[in-house]
Amino acid sequence: MARQEQKNSIFFQGAKDGVPVALGYFAVSFAFGVMAAEGGLSVLQAVLLSLLNVTSAGQFAGLNVILAGGALAEIALTQIVINLRYALMSLTISQRLPEKTGVPLRLGMAYAVTDEIFALDAAYPAPLETRYHFGAMCTAVPGWVLGTALGAFAGSILPDNVLSALSVALYGMFLAIIIPPARESRVLAGVILLAMFVSTLFSVLPVLKDITTGFSVVLITVSVSALAALLFPVKEDASPGEDGLRAPGEDLRAAEDGGKGASHG
Amino acid sequence: MDKSFLAYLAVMALITYLIRALPLVLVKKKIGGRFLHSFLYYVPYVCLAAMTFPAILTATGSYVSGAAAFAVALLAAVCRRGMFTVALLACLAAFLTGLL
Repeated sequence: MARQEQKNSIFFQGAKDGVPVALGYFAVSFAFGVMAAEGGLSVLQAVLLSLLNVTSAGQFAGLNVILAGGALAEIALTQIVINLRYALMSLTISQRLPEKTGVPLRLGMAYAVTDEIFALDAAYPAPLETRYHFGAMCTAVPGWVLGTALGAFAGSILPDNVLSALSVALYGMFLAIIIPPARESRVLAGVILLAMFVSTLFSVLPVLKDITTGFSVVLITVSVSALAALLFPVKEDASPGEDGLRAPGEDLRAAEDGGKGASHG
Repeated sequence: MDKSFLAYLAVMALITYLIRALPLVLVKKKIGGRFLHSFLYYVPYVCLAAMTFPAILTATGSYVSGAAAFAVALLAAVCRRGMFTVALLACLAAFLTGLL
């Protein structure tokens, strides 16, 4: 019984951590819904795109191809290039799961390997619990779908300045995940700075800036992580991320708001 | 709903799902070797850092509010605030500087 309770609490922890993701998603997918409706898609079509893809950059790019009446091969290629980073994320998640985790569970998890849920999974101390991922999915994905529906249905319901302010939420979440461990390690701090620097190069330099965002994330992640692994290999006995990313769990929240849980209320 | 939309939808969803599912299903065993091990350790940090910056600066459509959101979020993260607090403070900073 106690064991079952613990399992439930891992699921609910995931669901709780998924709430800020849902809020950030809401803003981004609202904008997607507005664009889809303006382009002539129905609310149902916009919602189906969000429900079956759960990807921001990929959906915006896909929408452009659809509205322009592009070829199916074009939409296929766009999705491969922009979404390739998910393969890297899935690989990392897979390495953090217990090896015995079954195929059906893995296939279920794959549905919601997004930038943000990957960020949560990476911050969860290894080994990763599948129910944590599913918990996060249960709150985050409805935020994505609901935002799309509202955006497509009533695009003018939220003022522009509120929407644009909400669009930084997910970046704030990413920083909250990567910065605290960087305080403990100069190497990590340096690696993060380098990643941001290279990413800036990719957004301003000629040729580089013409590369789609999703694909440049792949190039940067592979090259900078490989360089860091060569120069600063981690101890063999540490499993990936085990001693790195901070758990988004109780201790952090308790320190933050005196255990009242107000920060996610 | 017209057929061509359904075709687009099917192609998009299938490709995106396969990209996510294949590594999870095909690479179940732990990858050995110090290099790959270290590589995978750094992936989340590099990936999230690269996605955040400089994208946060242009997210709101104004460099000023984007930079304010970045500065406030960075400070809050350095002070070990939780995800929700940092996200909320970033939004507030963007909103308030947007009013100026």
